[in-house]
Amino acid sequence: MKQEETNDKSRRDFLKTAAVATVAATACGSLACSCGSKKHEHAASGEKVKLLSPDGQMVEIDSSELRGHHHASIVSSAEARSGIPGRKFVMVIDLARCKNARKCVSACQKMHHLPVEKEWLSIKLMKDNEQSAPYWFPKTCFHCDNPPCVKVCPVNATFKRQDGLVLIDNERCIGCKFCMAACPYSTRVFNWEEPKEDLDLRDMVATPETSVPSKVGTVEKCDFCPDMVRQGLLPDCVTACPNGVFYFGDENEDTVTNGDETVSFTQLIKDRSGYRYMEELGTKPRVYYLPPKDRMFPVERGYDALPEDLKGRFKDVMEEGKK
Amino acid sequence: MELNSFQQKAFEHQRPTIEKFGRKSWMWTIFFLVWIILGGYALYLQVAEGHIVTGMRDNVVWGLYIANFIFFIGISYAGAVISGILHILNVEWRKPIIRIAEMITVIATIIGPVFILLCVGRFDRLHHLILYPRLQSPITWDVLAISTYFTGSVIFLYLALIKDFAIYRDANLNIPKWRKKIYKALAIGYRGTPSQKKHISVSMNLMAIIIIPLAIIVHSVLSWIFGMTLRPGWHSTIFGPYFVLAAIYSGTGVLIMAMWVYRRMYKLYDYINDKHFIYLGYIMLVLAAGYGYFTFSEYLTDWFGSEKWNSEVIHKLFSFSEYGWWFLFANVAGIVLPIFIVAFPKTRKPGWIAIASFFMVIALWVKRYLIIVPTLESPLLPMQDTRLEYVKYSPTWVEWALTFAGIATFFLFFTLMSKFVTIIPISEFADKEKAKEKVAEKVINPESKVIPA
Repeated sequence: MKQEETNDKSRRDFLKTAAVATVAATACGSLACSCGSKKHEHAASGEKVKLLSPDGQMVEIDSSELRGHHHASIVSSAEARSGIPGRKFVMVIDLARCKNARKCVSACQKMHHLPVEKEWLSIKLMKDNEQSAPYWFPKTCFHCDNPPCVKVCPVNATFKRQDGLVLIDNERCIGCKFCMAACPYSTRVFNWEEPKEDLDLRDMVATPETSVPSKVGTVEKCDFCPDMVRQGLLPDCVTACPNGVFYFGDENEDTVTNGDETVSFTQLIKDRSGYRYMEELGTKPRVYYLPPKDRMFPVERGYDALPEDLKGRFKDVMEEGKK
Repeated sequence: MELNSFQQKAFEHQRPTIEKFGRKSWMWTIFFLVWIILGGYALYLQVAEGHIVTGMRDNVVWGLYIANFIFFIGISYAGAVISGILHILNVEWRKPIIRIAEMITVIATIIGPVFILLCVGRFDRLHHLILYPRLQSPITWDVLAISTYFTGSVIFLYLALIKDFAIYRDANLNIPKWRKKIYKALAIGYRGTPSQKKHISVSMNLMAIIIIPLAIIVHSVLSWIFGMTLRPGWHSTIFGPYFVLAAIYSGTGVLIMAMWVYRRMYKLYDYINDKHFIYLGYIMLVLAAGYGYFTFSEYLTDWFGSEKWNSEVIHKLFSFSEYGWWFLFANVAGIVLPIFIVAFPKTRKPGWIAIASFFMVIALWVKRYLIIVPTLESPLLPMQDTRLEYVKYSPTWVEWALTFAGIATFFLFFTLMSKFVTIIPISEFADKEKAKEKVAEKVINPESKVIPA
């Protein structure tokens, strides 16, 4: 018994040291990244953690000092405004595959540290006419090429970049909400109250590419995860979807991928008759939709298993669909 | 400053109002201050807890505050247009009421933009509008237009006040020394010399000519904040002229109400007589007809067409389970009632006209609300939200408190102004006897260089 306990203890110690060394490396890395930002006061948890500093010193700090590492590449505000040269990001959403699994919604909320009520990516249940069947419609920001939101911003807080993305500088935003009134796709959300403090974002450097931490009284929206894209990663909604609904890629390279399949963008739009939502508004969205033909799942799959409050959203459309 | 007999009479009658700050004035001041303090508490809550304390949410992002903003900038047209146009046309009967009109303009142009500031999420970043302005944005046009218009209106009001300040300065009023000093400073050495008279006259003519296109620009720009979006009920080509006309119309209504109140309060029956109400009533009738025509054209066109994006808003406005009663009120009290009251001789009297104006002004506020909220409640994409406060806008006590605080501030400014300057401009009273002589001389000798006043 005692031998086992000792073995357990030494195994635990070893794992602890190994884990702590990894955490130390990342903690020190993010410490370097957030140099010059405000230091926040936080309650000491009392639990001490041993860390190995880069120059081989063993230091012991309170565990409340450790920060979760938000994978972000930090660029200057000027670079964040100008964008990644030579790229033209585009998204294709396959409506034939969507079953309202909502993994994209939760992944986006997790990635950007959003509360459950705030949806940058929302899923609507659309029914085009009385005869057609309803279908699930994931809606991101369309990052329009002729954005009505950018047109009306009085302080240049929202802007269009050379790589096609429309971002928001939440240090500049005065919260007039003109962009929200102007967006015909209801894609923008507003911080009506002080966002709950997220410890992982405490020392985050805010640039328009990170979009977080959220600031009260400013506007936010889906940003196509530019900080991840800069590192060559796909936005979280694309990778989180179990059915490969989201294709993300570069119009210049004529490639889009959903994590599994990589296809030619123009070919996909041609073959599957891709369209843009409310094309006639002339906003030139960068998100294309593939029509819900030859569906992978019946629409009820995405409705029956929902919790009651979410079901309430789509009840009217589903009842109409059953008629 | 030498006063002729008419001016003397007008001054003696109004002297007590600027000399005394009696119990009644204190009562009104305290009454308004109570509302303002309540509004102050509401503002504190809004700043401390964020706009979550209002009823606005992600769909209806603009509510009571923006309605108030448009309303106040609208009523500011009393001075800008009525006073301005009547000045250019050199209409004699305007003289007793120009000060009230210009006061409405200046005070409303102060209070209106305050409501925008209340609606903005980041009070503390307003300087961004000056540091990082984007000229392509209708809000920037609005900032430029309103600040120019405000400056112009203040100048216009002040120019008309200079002569009166000189009269107060010289009149040996029974007031504390600091007030005498202020009058002296504001009179900027006006002595009534012919060259000074000419300067003021030329400046006022210039300002009157400038103010009118400025006023048209201001409300057009304001209307384009809505008109330039892609929303049903907003993306209308006639919004510019529609808003300008509604503004002049509501301004006339507030002018009539202010005339009626001041006339009663300070016993100004000799100066603001029935004729003023009737003439302004005629102006109100014509404007009501024009405004009614624009309203009819707008809603008939929207209703007749079949596009889904318009029909949802029209349905909200016409259906009595939604905004139908408010829409009916806004159009009956706002268009039909004033027209009928002024049209029939039996009701073409100050009391009736003032009542019609009162309901008309309220109806026009309701109309502004009906322009903003039903459209925002009808986005192009289905809302599909179970949170009721996100689906239907219902203003909270914070928003109402700040609305009434704004109205109270408006009235408070008026109360204080009427204690500082006389409501009827003394200096405007030309010497009628001398004027008759000059006219007579002109009749006998057309070559005479005498200009009748």
